[in-house]
Amino acid sequence: MNESSGKLKDPGRRNFLMNILLGVSSLAGIIIAVPVVGALLDPLLKKPPKVWRRVGEVDSFKIGDTVLVRFKNASPLPWSGMTSETASWVRRVSENEFIAFSVNCAHLGCPVRWIPDSELFLCPCHGGVYNRDGSYAAGPPPHGLSRYPWRIKNNQLEIETSPIPITTM
Amino acid sequence: MRKLKLLWQWFDDRTGTSELVVPLAKHLVPADARWLYVFGSATLFSFILQVVTGVGLSLLYQPSSETAYASLKYITDQAVLGYYLRAIHYWGASAMILFVGIHMIRVYLTAAYKYPREMSWISGLVLLGLTLGMGFTGQLLRWDSNGIWSAVVGAEQAGRIPLIGKFLAHFLLGGETLGGATLSRIFAIHVFLIPALLFGLLGLHLYLVIRNGISEPPVSGQMAEPENYRQNYEHMLEVKGVPFWPNASWRDTAFGLLVVAGIIFLAVVVGPPHIGTPPDPASIHSNPRPDWYFLWIFALFALMPRLIESFVIAFGPVLAVIVLFAIPFVFGRGERSPIRRPWSIGIIVFIVLMIAVLWYEGIKAPWSPDFDAKPLQASVIGQVSPEADQGARLMFSKGCLFCHNISGDGGHRGPGLTDVGNRLTADELTIKIVNGGGNMPAFGPSLTKQELSDIVAFLQTRKSH
Repeated sequence: MNESSGKLKDPGRRNFLMNILLGVSSLAGIIIAVPVVGALLDPLLKKPPKVWRRVGEVDSFKIGDTVLVRFKNASPLPWSGMTSETASWVRRVSENEFIAFSVNCAHLGCPVRWIPDSELFLCPCHGGVYNRDGSYAAGPPPHGLSRYPWRIKNNQLEIETSPIPITTM
Repeated sequence: MRKLKLLWQWFDDRTGTSELVVPLAKHLVPADARWLYVFGSATLFSFILQVVTGVGLSLLYQPSSETAYASLKYITDQAVLGYYLRAIHYWGASAMILFVGIHMIRVYLTAAYKYPREMSWISGLVLLGLTLGMGFTGQLLRWDSNGIWSAVVGAEQAGRIPLIGKFLAHFLLGGETLGGATLSRIFAIHVFLIPALLFGLLGLHLYLVIRNGISEPPVSGQMAEPENYRQNYEHMLEVKGVPFWPNASWRDTAFGLLVVAGIIFLAVVVGPPHIGTPPDPASIHSNPRPDWYFLWIFALFALMPRLIESFVIAFGPVLAVIVLFAIPFVFGRGERSPIRRPWSIGIIVFIVLMIAVLWYEGIKAPWSPDFDAKPLQASVIGQVSPEADQGARLMFSKGCLFCHNISGDGGHRGPGLTDVGNRLTADELTIKIVNGGGNMPAFGPSLTKQELSDIVAFLQTRKSH
């Protein structure tokens, strides 16, 4: 008896080899999938360095004023364009003290606006309100505005690049 | 002509096209499955429209964070018929989401998810999720200031999910901030990943219609029971079944034509959604709003009590998914007629009303400060003392009018002040302004004594006669 008669001499052996083949093929499939998942996670696996960005001369900030500054993210990709920019509301509290607020509302991340005359931050999305020190004043946000680390170097105010603040549970 | 026929015969013999298609086209369906059954196919037609117009858009769109905006401008303003291509893709998406919703309501009300069609419901739910995913990512691909801030808002919502929230948020943004990686991945998800899944699940969803047959319109008293349902269904088809093509399909085709005509009409008359200011995360003059189909969720976020909000954002979707998937297993048998299932009618009425009310609120968005509020007109202020007149000016400059409305000017976040002089005394006004309360921040720190008394003097003149 041979195979051409349509019956297997030893179906157990054939099934066994087939299963081995399937197993090895699955492994090949998984190996191919690894770099695809790698591409998906690439932006998350690279921890961007923390960089200090200059945002202006110390003397250009008036004591008691809150102004908008912009700076580049830590490691922008060449095709990021303007999306690699981040803004911060900077308040000069006193001669040597600043606060650099994140512009992201603590509720759902919309950009808050500073209203100088009423000394409040207002969020356009759902009506969150913050006091001039960034503390919670009214509306849905669960807490006050996040802050960026800042320092003064060579008479320049510098802000440390940071992730967009994500409010977690 | 004869040669053409010979060619077709050769092709049909070698490919077996007729053998495959004719039984599908002629398969028997319940004769009384009429106009209520067109919404599934309307969704399908919209989907096909989206694939075709999406391919067209992808020929011109630049999926890069830097250049997408310029290409959108090009498509809208310069490309040949690009304006209409964008418009059709937008209104097609709107139609697809609308008909997915109506189709789902019809299936739920007639309990078509019961035995033996549980898998139709399950695959339908996954298709619903994928469709909403397409809606969300598609809105982000409109890469203007609204697009980037919608990405941030989406990431913030994902961030509320316990344990993995932060990872999910960064996964969506393609990093810890917006940037070059953001748009590429949203593009890949919108154009490759979800469509591939959609095609696969759509195949399963349609195959199940052939396998189990179209659910017959429910008759009260007729139960969906595994013991004899299939025999009864076969018997019913033998007695009063009609071939799908053309007895039933003409309605699908006619309604589909109407849908496509409606989409083209809206595309021509209303046009594509507006492209806003450039995608600059450092420009804070953005007021992100979702497209209409998500506007009710946007409203929900503003109106939910603050203390429970994080829990609702985190667990609400999970709960909804569990309930929806459980329906065919918990209620998989028995009565199908909505008359005998009054709760189902009540639930649908409740959900539709809730979404309608939230949607209406979302359009008005009374919780948003009105940054475009104008100074009060002299005619509104009227003849008042110099102090009160000064107070009227302060109402604008101090931002009171962002939230309070006086005689038609100003926002609606807080109570209207047109006749506040009737309601509150000078002392009550002073206390309220200085301390705030509820959704009003305290203005004490930012007002001088003189400013405060000017504002109070003005507000006291606001009386209805």
